Amino acid sequence: MRDRLLRDGGAIGGVCVVGVIAAVSILAPVLSPYDPDAVDAAIRLAAIGSPAHLLGTDDLGRDILSRLLWGGRVSLVVGLAPVAIALLVGVSLGAISGYTRGVVDGIIMRCLDVLLAFPAYLLAIAIVSALGAGLSNAILAIALVSTASFARLVRGSVLSVRERDFVQAARLLGARDSRIVWAHVLPNVLSPVIVFATLEAGRTIIFAAGLSFLGLGAQPPTAEWGAMLSQGRGLLNIAPHVASLPGVAILLVSLGLNLFGDALRDATDPRANR
Amino acid sequence: MTAFIVRRILASVVVLFGVSIVVFLTLKFIPGDAAYVLAGPNATAQEIELVRQSLGLDQPVPVQYITWLGRALRGDLGRSIELHEPVLALVLSRYGNTLILAASAMAFASITGVLAGALAALRLHTVVDRVVMLVALTANSTPSFWLGLALILVFSLGLHLLPSSGMVSARGDGGGVDFLQHLVLPSVTLGAISAALIARMTRSSLLEVLTQEYVLVARAKGLRERLLVRRHALKNALLPVLTVMGLQMGSLLGGAVITETIFTWPGIGLQLYRGIALRDVPLVQGAALVVATSFVAINLVVDLLYSYLDPRIRYS
Repeated sequence: MRDRLLRDGGAIGGVCVVGVIAAVSILAPVLSPYDPDAVDAAIRLAAIGSPAHLLGTDDLGRDILSRLLWGGRVSLVVGLAPVAIALLVGVSLGAISGYTRGVVDGIIMRCLDVLLAFPAYLLAIAIVSALGAGLSNAILAIALVSTASFARLVRGSVLSVRERDFVQAARLLGARDSRIVWAHVLPNVLSPVIVFATLEAGRTIIFAAGLSFLGLGAQPPTAEWGAMLSQGRGLLNIAPHVASLPGVAILLVSLGLNLFGDALRDATDPRANR
Repeated sequence: MTAFIVRRILASVVVLFGVSIVVFLTLKFIPGDAAYVLAGPNATAQEIELVRQSLGLDQPVPVQYITWLGRALRGDLGRSIELHEPVLALVLSRYGNTLILAASAMAFASITGVLAGALAALRLHTVVDRVVMLVALTANSTPSFWLGLALILVFSLGLHLLPSSGMVSARGDGGGVDFLQHLVLPSVTLGAISAALIARMTRSSLLEVLTQEYVLVARAKGLRERLLVRRHALKNALLPVLTVMGLQMGSLLGGAVITETIFTWPGIGLQLYRGIALRDVPLVQGAALVVATSFVAINLVVDLLYSYLDPRIRYS
């Protein structure tokens, strides 16, 4: 699998793009030429390539390059943290549900069915509206939406793996259920989960930016790509770069994750058409 | 088959029951006192308490839920705090506009996706295949809100070809052509990601079908490739794609919130967004319930249709 990944140009390209963007975002305090929240009415809406502002300024005179760098930290965290939470909770729920079967499985599945019965945006919007707009609530809402998908995926895989001979053998040897799930079942379902997590990360980055675009995620003056896009919406005809640049950043990260996720799926699927 | 249909419908009813609980409880937690909002800022404590009792807000939460559910089943979703009109009438008046947008986006996604996917499969490993798949991957990675703004920038503000907001022009004749012009950009924005998904699914499915034995036999017998694809391969390849299309229809309904906000399309998504901003809880509850119910209904129809087309499904 590692050799196939290393030979896949898409995988390498995806990792490089995401890696570079993550690195410059982490190094924002060092690389950022200005304070991302510094307002200067004298230099409002400076164009790209302006002498002191490489990517121009927004309607409050804030440097767009600085806000993109600092915004990357927020956008990446808000986009990736839900995946990490959903991975932990979803894998646990799915493993319990798939391995125990019976009433426990039924209850968990019905709860997941209800969550999956909502369009993702609708559920996230409803949750954030109830809890209040903000980054932490947006992370929670997206994590909840993603958890159901992870749990479903893991349950399906566990249902298949639990019937395999090596699991039966472990049971016959007297191993506890928790040890069987941890040591034997989970390692054999991790492959599709990792692929799904990578592809889901690409989606949640966009999802999180979308909530900020609607005013339900990052709040002003926090620099965040979705919020920047929303702020630039009313300036399309006079300063299109204000909305365009954050959108390009979101597109590049999501594309990089999708390229890597696709390559990972092809590398782990022996029947993949190439 | 009947038993399968009954089982699926019963499962959907159980899910809808759960949906109603989630909608009710989620919006119950919205900060603020609905009785205070309705009574007005100048109301006395006694007046606010009277309003609270008339709305049943002094009852325990389970009792409030049962009362709310009973009214909802009779078509009474309350009155909008902001607009003072029945919520169901408000929601249904906008629902048709969202359905039009979603159906139009689906049509765009299906036609574009199937054609692109089939082209990529039939030109496997060529430049055409790689370009189509790269475009599909890029579309799948593009935020819809950014795509919408980019389309407005190019086609409305740049080329002045298409309008950027609303359903009909304020100064236009409101006729069919005007309406269709307003529909183009929102439909493309909403349908782009689905088109990408359908293209990839079609390519994958058609490639699998083209390796089947009956296709090889047809080729060996001398059947022309175009006829082979159109008459035999594509029909079978589209079966799993139909499932994806059906499920995407439900997602389009939910994803319409952002598209309707960008293009000020007067649908249920825009109404939901405005209701949230104004803390109009009955309106948000009603809109959320209608959209979620539609989502469940569409998934049910897709499941039943798929089991009708593929008999193996109903026995699994």
